[in-house]
Amino acid sequence: MQINWLDFTPGPALLGGLLLGLAAALYVNLHGRILGISGIISGLLLRKSGDAIWRLSMVLGLLTSPLWAAWLFGINPIQVIDADWMAIIIAGLLVGFGSAYGSGCTSGHGICGLSRLSPRSVVATLSFMLAGFITVFVIRHMIGV
Amino acid sequence: MRKHFDLISQYLIGVLFGFGLLISGMTNPQKILNFLDLSGLWDPSLLFVMGGAVLVGLGGFYLLRKRSQAFFGGALHMPARRDVSKPLLIGSMIFGVGWGIAGFCPGPALVAVGAGQSKAFVFVIAMLAGMWICEHFFTAHKKLP
Repeated sequence: MQINWLDFTPGPALLGGLLLGLAAALYVNLHGRILGISGIISGLLLRKSGDAIWRLSMVLGLLTSPLWAAWLFGINPIQVIDADWMAIIIAGLLVGFGSAYGSGCTSGHGICGLSRLSPRSVVATLSFMLAGFITVFVIRHMIGV
Repeated sequence: MRKHFDLISQYLIGVLFGFGLLISGMTNPQKILNFLDLSGLWDPSLLFVMGGAVLVGLGGFYLLRKRSQAFFGGALHMPARRDVSKPLLIGSMIFGVGWGIAGFCPGPALVAVGAGQSKAFVFVIAMLAGMWICEHFFTAHKKLP
């Protein structure tokens, strides 16, 4: 295993991680819910009455966060998206289906689930990491994209 | 009035979560894929993000133990299940494959939409479709053991 020292950013990663944890901690104490993005979004598709507005508030916060970040701190995200359009659509379908069927994603299982020591979330997190490792190995080193 | 504060708080926590993702670099799919690429040039940043998030998250969920209801009122909506089910495993694996193809998961994808990435927009539409398919045609993940 070779470490990519050029791109490795432990400082910002840790700081950003602390903010993610803070958001999850505030959310559960103030609103009594798990900060799981896939769950918050998929709830919008079920058309349960009355809860669409708070779900949309959270989604709007995520959507507008780059504008605030640029305005307040001058942060403009670097985003390199290598996947082509077809791969993007397939990946989106799999991420959407998988997070609904597996009851969570990197935020709900990964951050909140591990923080509350949920055995289900530990298994889910290990599963999607393993699947991610294998997928990237196949795409980058076997197919060679 | 309390309801308005509730919604503003939801929005601000969404913004805070977005800041965490932006600062940590997790809105850059290439950084995710470089973490998942164990046999290439490995970027361990994501481990620091998770570490920081879980560190604060542990404290947040510890504080929650003293609460009987959310700060803004209403019951605590905590996942009660502790069984490791087949849908949990299969769904998480499928999620991991999609994550490994594009380097996007739900939270960062939404933030990237806000930053104006058209590929992220298409990803989110496909993700919603995947969620919709799961919630309308599949039931196994909702069955209790």
